[in-house]
Amino acid sequence: MSVIILLIIVSICIAGGFLIAFLWGSGDGQFDDVYSPAQRILFDDEIESNQNTNE
Amino acid sequence: MQLEQFQYDNKIPRLFAIATLFWGAVGMLLGVIIAFQLVFPALNFDLSFLTYGRMRPVHTNAVIFAFVGNGIFTAIYYSLPRLLKTSMWSSKLSKIHFWGWQSIIVLAAVTLLSGFTTGKEYAELEWPIDILITLIWVVFGINMFGTILTRRERHLYVAIWFFIASWVTVAMLHIVNSFEMPVTLFKSYSWYAGVQDALVQWWYGHNAVAFFLTTPYLGLMYYFLPKAADRPVYSYRLSIVHFWSLIFLYIWAGPHHLLYTALPDWAQSLGTVFSIMLILPSWGGMLNGLFTLRGAWDKVREDPVLKFFVVAVTCYGMSTFEGPMLSLKNVNAISHYSDWTVAHVHIGALGWNGFLTFGMLYWLIPKFYNVKLYSKKLASTHFWIGTLGIILYAVPMYWSAFRSYFMMKTFTPEGQLQYQFMDVVQSVMPFYLLRALGGTIFLIGVLVMVYNLIKTAKQGKFVESETAQAAPLAKEYSAPKSHIWHSVIERKPILLLVLSLVVVGIGGLVELVPTFLVKSNVPTIASVKPYTPLELQGRDIYIREGCYNCHSQMIRPFRYEVTRYGEYSKSGEFVYDHPFQWGSKRTGPDLARVGGKYPDSWHFNHMLDPTSISPGSNMPRYPWLFENNLDISTTPSKIHAMRKMGVPYSSKLEATANDILKTQADQITASLKKDKIEISSDKEIIALISYLQRLGKDVRTSGVSNK
Repeated sequence: MSVIILLIIVSICIAGGFLIAFLWGSGDGQFDDVYSPAQRILFDDEIESNQNTNE
Repeated sequence: MQLEQFQYDNKIPRLFAIATLFWGAVGMLLGVIIAFQLVFPALNFDLSFLTYGRMRPVHTNAVIFAFVGNGIFTAIYYSLPRLLKTSMWSSKLSKIHFWGWQSIIVLAAVTLLSGFTTGKEYAELEWPIDILITLIWVVFGINMFGTILTRRERHLYVAIWFFIASWVTVAMLHIVNSFEMPVTLFKSYSWYAGVQDALVQWWYGHNAVAFFLTTPYLGLMYYFLPKAADRPVYSYRLSIVHFWSLIFLYIWAGPHHLLYTALPDWAQSLGTVFSIMLILPSWGGMLNGLFTLRGAWDKVREDPVLKFFVVAVTCYGMSTFEGPMLSLKNVNAISHYSDWTVAHVHIGALGWNGFLTFGMLYWLIPKFYNVKLYSKKLASTHFWIGTLGIILYAVPMYWSAFRSYFMMKTFTPEGQLQYQFMDVVQSVMPFYLLRALGGTIFLIGVLVMVYNLIKTAKQGKFVESETAQAAPLAKEYSAPKSHIWHSVIERKPILLLVLSLVVVGIGGLVELVPTFLVKSNVPTIASVKPYTPLELQGRDIYIREGCYNCHSQMIRPFRYEVTRYGEYSKSGEFVYDHPFQWGSKRTGPDLARVGGKYPDSWHFNHMLDPTSISPGSNMPRYPWLFENNLDISTTPSKIHAMRKMGVPYSSKLEATANDILKTQADQITASLKKDKIEISSDKEIIALISYLQRLGKDVRTSGVSNK
């Protein structure tokens, strides 16, 4: 079952990539604030709408 | 700090939304047709490109990659700029992505209906299209990462994490599973064989469910559900925790599709363990979605968008409870090859993916046109029709699954099987009819939605883009950990890095895979020999006609299966099977040991008109196999490709392959003549008969008992 070795290696690489992404994310302060991001997306920041008829 | 002005483009998301609607209707229509074909085989119309075996892959590909795929891109192209306060990185790439993806879908439909298939579920597309998919996926990736790197919002909202993980993982899955050896422009053989192929295929297949149908849609949920409810997600912390745990666990669960097969036990257990654990992050996501609506249930009563979201998230919860349960071996013994699996995936597809998409579109289209939805009442009607459709689809499937399981395993007191396979087929027909009706009702709901949304669009004016303003990301920001990421702000080098990583990854895998597969350490069975040239051609016809959609070639070690089909399958039997053909659904009986069970004339008549041999069969007729001449020009290149992948054909076989092929074909023609059947030996049916007659024979002659 040599392919299982390959799949496990690839899976570990991907899982490792996820781990690195997580460590970077938390080191970068991505997860420091778990309150305001959820609120922030509710606010629209468009200042105007360009009304163009769709041809 | 100077505020910058920029545009949110609506043109591309609107195009993707239209494509989602269009392909959704097409994919579901195909589903309805094949559902009726299973009850009324006459609906195959004796036409090669309309038979179930070719239509089903078109249905699955259309729903997964065309309907859900375009749904994902709609969500991403709309939400990503707004979450990051920037426009998409390149409108040119957006256009290439849109038109590229649609042309892939059209190519897929045309090639699959023409019989060009690799024979691997959900990865049926042939190698040129596989390459095109890779290219378009990379284009999409560059566009997405470019947008992320040029953002004005330092924080990445949880939906974006989901989108990133989806992109990375799908790229990897597609590349690893699509390793194939091209034979001609539209014919290739899977690089892996037998058990290995099955393992790679289901590692891919399961993660396609995970990272194409689940994670991008969770990202969609985390943006559109709070927006539609106008309240923040219940717990942002939970969304982060469940994201990381979900993507980590999902990668490992693939082997639960191969329980009780010839896959090594430890691999089966590994898959099961991870599948059981998966219930936690999955339910974390479901609860987070439902709790977001805490205190907003009065809105849910009013707003059809939220109604759709509630049922979608509930269906997600049902599917992800069912998934781990189905991974328990004793439960899987019932569900594997049965309609239970079909019910399970449709709770996910119709409920989770379907309803979430509908909710998004009902919310999005009015926004695009700056109007109110044309008719709330029609949307509510669609909601009830759709819900009824899901129930009417799923319940009969569960019922028929248990019914067929109990019928299959019942023995008489004398120790004989109580029911023939045909008895089981007959007894589930009413349920198949109900399922087809359920699907039809669901489709009617979709058409109601299309009407409603077209009316909505007609009432308003399309808003091509919206202007927004935000402060740029501060250049002098330095991440607390290191200064490496300072270059992120400088944008372009990182893009190169991402690109080169993709390229290096592909290159590395190309190097790795052959290295790993040089020595296959599957236990060999001495009597198992490669297919003869004619059998190889016949096998390719078997794959072309999509026989694996209804027939398995994997006998599990259960008393009732061994009694019904013969000796249970061993991993060593499949070493020359590129691709493997174990199948995942038994609409017809297993074929792993069908070789030699019936005379050649039986197969001949059966393929010509199944009901003449087995009254009540719902198998289509295959008249074109009796008219088309076998294309033997490809024989040498097929032999050559197989040898390259380690099949021990002698080095001079190419030169004599077609002579050997003709000799064997003449033998079959002669045996048919004995039974008063006249046919020339160069027809496709002869090759197919030779393949069917070979199945399971090698093990039988080696003295392995075969009751």
